[in-house]
Amino acid sequence: MIRVENLRKSFAGQPVLKGVNLDVARGEIMIVIGQSGGGKTVLLKHLLGLLRADAGRIVVDGVDITDLRGGALDAVRSRYGVVFQGGALFDSMSVFDNIAFPLRERTSLPGGEIAERVHAKLEQVGLAGMGGKNPAEISGGMRKRVAIARALVTEPEIVFFDEPTTGLDPVLVNTIHGLIVDLHAKFNFTAVMVSHEIPEIFRIARRVAMLYDGRIVETGPPDAIQTSPNPVIQQFIRGDPEGPIHLR
Amino acid sequence: MRASAIQPLDLVAVVGRVALSLVEALGRFGTFFARAVGYTVTPPFKTRQLWGRIHFIGYNSLIIIVLTGAFTGMVLGLQVFITLSRFGSEAFLGPAVALSLIRELGPVLAALMVTGRAGSALTAEIGIMRISEQIDALTVMALNPLRYLVVPSIVAGIITFPLMTAIFDTVGIFGGYLVGVRLLGLSQGTYFGEMKTFVDMQDIMTGVWKSLSFGVLVTWVCTYKGYYVGHGAEGVARATTQAVVLCSVLILVWDYFMGSVLP
Repeated sequence: MIRVENLRKSFAGQPVLKGVNLDVARGEIMIVIGQSGGGKTVLLKHLLGLLRADAGRIVVDGVDITDLRGGALDAVRSRYGVVFQGGALFDSMSVFDNIAFPLRERTSLPGGEIAERVHAKLEQVGLAGMGGKNPAEISGGMRKRVAIARALVTEPEIVFFDEPTTGLDPVLVNTIHGLIVDLHAKFNFTAVMVSHEIPEIFRIARRVAMLYDGRIVETGPPDAIQTSPNPVIQQFIRGDPEGPIHLR
Repeated sequence: MRASAIQPLDLVAVVGRVALSLVEALGRFGTFFARAVGYTVTPPFKTRQLWGRIHFIGYNSLIIIVLTGAFTGMVLGLQVFITLSRFGSEAFLGPAVALSLIRELGPVLAALMVTGRAGSALTAEIGIMRISEQIDALTVMALNPLRYLVVPSIVAGIITFPLMTAIFDTVGIFGGYLVGVRLLGLSQGTYFGEMKTFVDMQDIMTGVWKSLSFGVLVTWVCTYKGYYVGHGAEGVARATTQAVVLCSVLILVWDYFMGSVLP
């Protein structure tokens, strides 16, 4: 579904991605783990077409999006749903309007059907009856769930999650992860998530990729990653301060 | 020679870097406007966003416009009356107040006031949307942020600035009337009669063209500064300050240019 080939990106001469290779199969939950500031979000922004690669290629369902612009890129993006790290909810709109926004702007659905879909999504994320609230009036966990509802309301084929549980307590982390798994089972989207929630992500990932020093050092099912002999992966999973990983 | 001493070539490199970054910034500034103009004349038009911006820039600035307009007119009425009375020409108070306001002070002061109230808020709002990834969210929804955030603001500026200026001028003329006629005893007929004799359509159009161009200038600069904001709260604060300062300077520079070109 998604293929990343030898992706390179530098900022002000500082290389962040040094040749990332990654394959994401249709319908799987692929979780990219790695250090904070290690380039996970940069990789995600390339997949979203928000950053231009210095070199390499990104192919989404047979379409090379590396240098795509304008309407052609928007056509690919219209198949995406994105959950941003902070939710990226529009402050000026209510929860209901935030979720309804992509439907109002990208479809010609009548108001009644939009309202029906929004209420259904609110119920699926456990926020029934909260549509009238403003994003500022709800908790961080609720905002993440609203962001998930907004990302899924257009029933996208591919959903990107940028650290969707950062800053939440362990109960909420597992609640959000459970929600993602339930929604994935129901809608069968392809999910790409960047996270460093170890070990929680091993319970929801179909495959895990470890990004280190600007490259994917290993990709595999959660069990294989957890038992990998790679000292970088072992140090990262254990959270050990001693080892080959250098602090950033 | 010590290794740390500045070499002439280093100086050339520094000047070159500064020049390149300046050209790049100007190019980005111009491209930003050109793209916004392109989206202004091509559908889909975001009328809901436009109404919101007209309310935000125009309606919400009404009180400050009326207040500053009234006191500008009153100050003009007082000072011009005192000056004219030295020459025994108090009868020309009406046209002096009206011409000063319509040709010069109305467009400039209204633009400065709207910059302070709405322009800074525009930069801060778009800047916060940028750092909280709301602009990225619009982009990945395949919705063009320029069409949503920038175009409605610029069009709202074109619509509201002349209206704000007209209100400023009208209130200012009545402020001058209050002082000149009601307080200092000039006859009402002289105040308004002489005004009708000396103020013509060309003067009014000068004010209209100025306010139109200020509407474009202020919204262009303020949305640009918000759109390309730096990092974090400090970046938003810096962008907001820069937007207000740059707008204020550009308004005065452009006013002089327009004043020397327009009849």
